[in-house]
Amino acid sequence: MTSTLTQTPPAIPEKREITTKPRLTDRIFRGVVTTGGLSSLVILGLILIFLLFNGYNTLKVQGIHFLTSSSWQAVTNDAGTFDPKASHFGIAAMLIGTLLVAVIAVVVGVPISVGAAIYLTFYAPEFIKKIMVSAIDLMAAFPSVLFGLWGFFVLESSGEYWAKLLNKYLSWIPFFKLPAPYVTRSPFIAGLVLAVMIIPIVTSISREIFSQTPLDRMQAAYALGGTRFAMLRAVAFPYARSGIVGGVMLGLGRAMGETVAVYTVLNIVYQVNWHILFSAGGNVASMILLKFGEASPNEIKALMAAGLVLFVLTLIVNSLANIIVSRTGKSGR
Amino acid sequence: MTTESEENQGDEMEATTSKGSLSEIAAARTQKQPGSNALGVGLEARGVHAWFGEKHALANVSLDFWPGTVTALIGPSGCGKSTFIRTLNRMHEFIPTAAMAGEVLLNGEDIYAAGVDVTKIRLKVGMVFQKPNPFPSMTIAENVLAGLKLAQLKIENKDDLLEECLERAGLWAEVKDRLNTHGGALSGGQQQRLCIARALAVRPQVLLMDEPCSALDPGSTLRIEETISQLSSSVTIVIVTHNMQQAARVSDYTAFFLSDGGPGQMIEVGSTNDIFSRPKDERTENYVTGRFG
Repeated sequence: MTSTLTQTPPAIPEKREITTKPRLTDRIFRGVVTTGGLSSLVILGLILIFLLFNGYNTLKVQGIHFLTSSSWQAVTNDAGTFDPKASHFGIAAMLIGTLLVAVIAVVVGVPISVGAAIYLTFYAPEFIKKIMVSAIDLMAAFPSVLFGLWGFFVLESSGEYWAKLLNKYLSWIPFFKLPAPYVTRSPFIAGLVLAVMIIPIVTSISREIFSQTPLDRMQAAYALGGTRFAMLRAVAFPYARSGIVGGVMLGLGRAMGETVAVYTVLNIVYQVNWHILFSAGGNVASMILLKFGEASPNEIKALMAAGLVLFVLTLIVNSLANIIVSRTGKSGR
Repeated sequence: MTTESEENQGDEMEATTSKGSLSEIAAARTQKQPGSNALGVGLEARGVHAWFGEKHALANVSLDFWPGTVTALIGPSGCGKSTFIRTLNRMHEFIPTAAMAGEVLLNGEDIYAAGVDVTKIRLKVGMVFQKPNPFPSMTIAENVLAGLKLAQLKIENKDDLLEECLERAGLWAEVKDRLNTHGGALSGGQQQRLCIARALAVRPQVLLMDEPCSALDPGSTLRIEETISQLSSSVTIVIVTHNMQQAARVSDYTAFFLSDGGPGQMIEVGSTNDIFSRPKDERTENYVTGRFG
């Protein structure tokens, strides 16, 4: 130590490393939850590897045609073995069908769901709310084949009327044109069935978010002379927006991956069809189901490739949605 | 004000202003004479009761709020003062199972009468809450003007109104360069003044403040109190506060509320000076001298 004041400034010490030694119980619990958290990622990764492994060859041979063509022919040569060069696999029609049907489901289902969620949260009397919430939860757990059957036998006939009406007044929009007067088993009907299927999911999530709207902000809106509608616009919607989008993504995911209901309702045709009212369409998942039973081992590999494409497509759509949500900012949270 | 003994307020002005007792703080303040307006102007509560479910929370409160005055409601927790203030702009009814009886007259008209448009009442009787609650999705400017949008009022010059309200709330100088940033970035005290500016933008006749400073630091509290003093010439203010110094500093009249286990009641009302220096009721005296509460 020195006694004078005019010394070199005190040395700045090294930063200390701060560590904690967790208890054993803490470490065990940490291990358990980490396992749980990672397992979903691992399972997803394994499925992806499985699809890649089985579908890679088809994708390599077919190249971009797998995405752009719509023929599906497994050719066997004279020796009776599978000829990968001569075979044609393409899922363009099914990809477009997937997007078309899912978009119809979202366009029809989401406004109904958000409306239902608003009604349940802000308007419904307590007893109606209780009944409806359990009914909606039940609906979410309903087997999709029952929706498919209901769509086939019930919605088909009433949907026909709506389809004709839409065609009559909106046929100037290309989507609503009819190349031939067949309106049953169309993407429109399948989309309606899927809309009914995603309503419970989207409603449930939106309702949950709306019910968490901070009371003090709602009161602020009311105290400024706002009506309930004005309060919803100024407070509840900005608050719930990102959560609703999350719910819509879950619904979209279900709509894009739905198999049995689409298989039951839709007239699966290997031809790109943008006319939603016309009786032709399909989606990737229902095509896999359709072909799987009678497919040769090599054709099954092509189906795996289709599955891989669906997987990636779902991933892309979800990521896009996430980007859109984070970009549009102005969170009401 | 249903009170007496306003005659000696002038004398009180000469009282010494050595900082200290509540009565001295109250005396140091310029006392306003109560408005000479006849009843039928301003806000009047007549025999107000309030319930939450079966619980009788507030019993038989009659109190007048003269235009251009500040009235403080004091009393220990659970005495019904917040409940009472919320009956004055019909915010009480947002609590499920809440009920009320009696009348609240605004300019002589019962705000609970059938057919009254409650949103119009709340435009005339604004409110500032305990916790600052700006709208986080809106910018500072949008927050101030939010009331116009909510109530669908049209206005000619928004910029002038914006500046005027922020100025009156004592916030203009601090935010004038960042009106288009989000309100959430402000400090707690600034947020509360933003809420005051927002409440002023719809030009209320009465401003209800429910413990507006209880979540704020002393510096921000002081700014808000200055704001209240500036506003009191143009707006009738009713303020609930736990802070008796605050009541003494900002209010012209003070009403003391108390619950003796049953519903909350108004024990005494008078000029702030009287309540803090010579309360008539022993319970008021015990409370303002800090013997309980």
